[in-house]
Amino acid sequence: MGEAAVRAGCRYYFGYPITPQNEVPEYMSGRLLQVGGTFVQAESELASINMVIGAAMAGARVMTSSSSPGVSLMQEGISYLAGLELPAVIANVVRGGPGLGNIAPAQSDYFQATRGGGHGDYRTIVLAPASCQELCDLTVKAFDLADKYRNPVMIMGDGMMGQMMEPVEFPEAIDLADLPAKDWTLTGAKGRPSRVILSLLLNPKVLEDHNFKLVRKYDAVTREETDWEEYMLEDARQVVVAYGTAARIAKGAIKRVREMGLKVGLLRPKTLWPFPDKPLKDLTRVVRQLLVFEMSAGQMVEDVRLAVEGQAQVHLYGRPGGVIPTPDEVAHQISHYYYQAGLMDKDQQSGRLGGAA
Amino acid sequence: MKKIFEAPKSLKDNLFHYCPGCGHSIIHRLVAEVIDELGIQERTIGVPPAGCAVLAYNYFDVDTGEAPHGRALAVATGLKRVLKDHVVFTYQGDGDIAAIGTAESIHAANRGEKVTAIFVNNGTYGMTGGQMAPTTLPGMGSTTTPGGRDVVRDGAPLDLTQMLATAKGSVFLERVSVATPKDIRKAKKAIKKAFQVQLDGLGFALVEVLSPCPTNWKMDPVAAYEWTDKEMTKIFPVGVIKDITGYDKD
Repeated sequence: MGEAAVRAGCRYYFGYPITPQNEVPEYMSGRLLQVGGTFVQAESELASINMVIGAAMAGARVMTSSSSPGVSLMQEGISYLAGLELPAVIANVVRGGPGLGNIAPAQSDYFQATRGGGHGDYRTIVLAPASCQELCDLTVKAFDLADKYRNPVMIMGDGMMGQMMEPVEFPEAIDLADLPAKDWTLTGAKGRPSRVILSLLLNPKVLEDHNFKLVRKYDAVTREETDWEEYMLEDARQVVVAYGTAARIAKGAIKRVREMGLKVGLLRPKTLWPFPDKPLKDLTRVVRQLLVFEMSAGQMVEDVRLAVEGQAQVHLYGRPGGVIPTPDEVAHQISHYYYQAGLMDKDQQSGRLGGAA
Repeated sequence: MKKIFEAPKSLKDNLFHYCPGCGHSIIHRLVAEVIDELGIQERTIGVPPAGCAVLAYNYFDVDTGEAPHGRALAVATGLKRVLKDHVVFTYQGDGDIAAIGTAESIHAANRGEKVTAIFVNNGTYGMTGGQMAPTTLPGMGSTTTPGGRDVVRDGAPLDLTQMLATAKGSVFLERVSVATPKDIRKAKKAIKKAFQVQLDGLGFALVEVLSPCPTNWKMDPVAAYEWTDKEMTKIFPVGVIKDITGYDKD
């Protein structure tokens, strides 16, 4: 992630140590020196995110990273980033909660990431990589999206991804000079009127207009940037919905149940906000059984239920607390609901009708 | 006709919203005059706080970026790290810099961030209506200290500027007042020096300005200025608190 950020033109990193993501600040502290960038170890996550605000005001590509309790502390700043319309990238390597919780991989910050977490009407674009390669690719994309929409972008990984090692093919480093110029940054009022970047809009009508402007932006993000992966959906009678590490485990489980003849596929949101409601709703024309698998007590499941508008049964297999279920455990859940819904019988029926051997 | 006095270039032509007798108007003017005199308007970036001076961007004619309450020196750190050849200053009240933003202040000073902080100490939370501030004097009234500040119950006033003196990265710290014309002249000199420290890249500089708040002190302006001069300076004596600039003493 650190290297991908540098190649995406990130030259400023502000952060505070917290497990399980210390590899990122440690890497950035040395790497940014090599490319003439700046690393500051802040006194808290509050300070980090506010340093990010300052660097973003100055027009730089800037990021911070943390893990759940630290990201809770950053919520104030993320609300300001959204209100001030500043681009920045925040990585959350999610660990078990609530409170201090533990340092094991979890997905229990889904609400915090997708619902805001901070105050006010705002949205954070949330990307959910499921491999080291995707972590690299989505980090680059995060900087582009942040600049394109002038909005904070969160990369939501987990402790598993934070500690995983896989071969990665890095993109070519971009030339900072190739980045589109920003005409709103604070660079000193030389040869132009002075600028202000502010989120205090005391007049309710003015603030309402600002909010509606943000809504139009969020609508555009939803239209343009919603992203997901479809896996073995062609003939699926039951679909697992999972993201990040859970989606990888689910793929393993699906391979197993496929060997047993169960027609199961996976829909993996790559953007958690905007959420892929439409592909999920479209699925319900042929699929009536959905199983949401997430490493939390059940958070994304609410978005899935909203998306399908009652047109499919939505089951939950949620494992909170930093527990990583095995593919076998997930396969067991899949087959349980598959049989319970009588999908096996339907498979056999359609097999007979189709005259298959 | 010859013009012999005019508004600073670095102030916009807007009417101040500050209450009659408020010290902010004077301090704004001093900062703007200093920016003019140093010829740095085109490369100065201001970071106003949350509090009465939240609307400072309506007055300073320089680029300004609004910080969350207490975080001005962290935002300023981000700005200055990117814009190394620019001038970044924060303008913060006592609640902002010495209560909610204490950590950001101490660590910015300790890192020796090359920024200038203007710390306006009026002993009260002005904008929210006169609650106890970290700098409220013992016995002084506020809307959250019935019977006045009781140091046993409420704690004693915090001298943030003294605390910052122990930070290795702080180079110039001075406490001034705007209670009398003489004080105002001294205040301007200190503010100018605090900007010069930044221009010379020496480290962190801060000027604490004792400033009257007639509205929340429930005094008329004349009494408030007198009280600033006589009472506030007992707990917060004016003068240089730290100076390792190496500039010639005057």
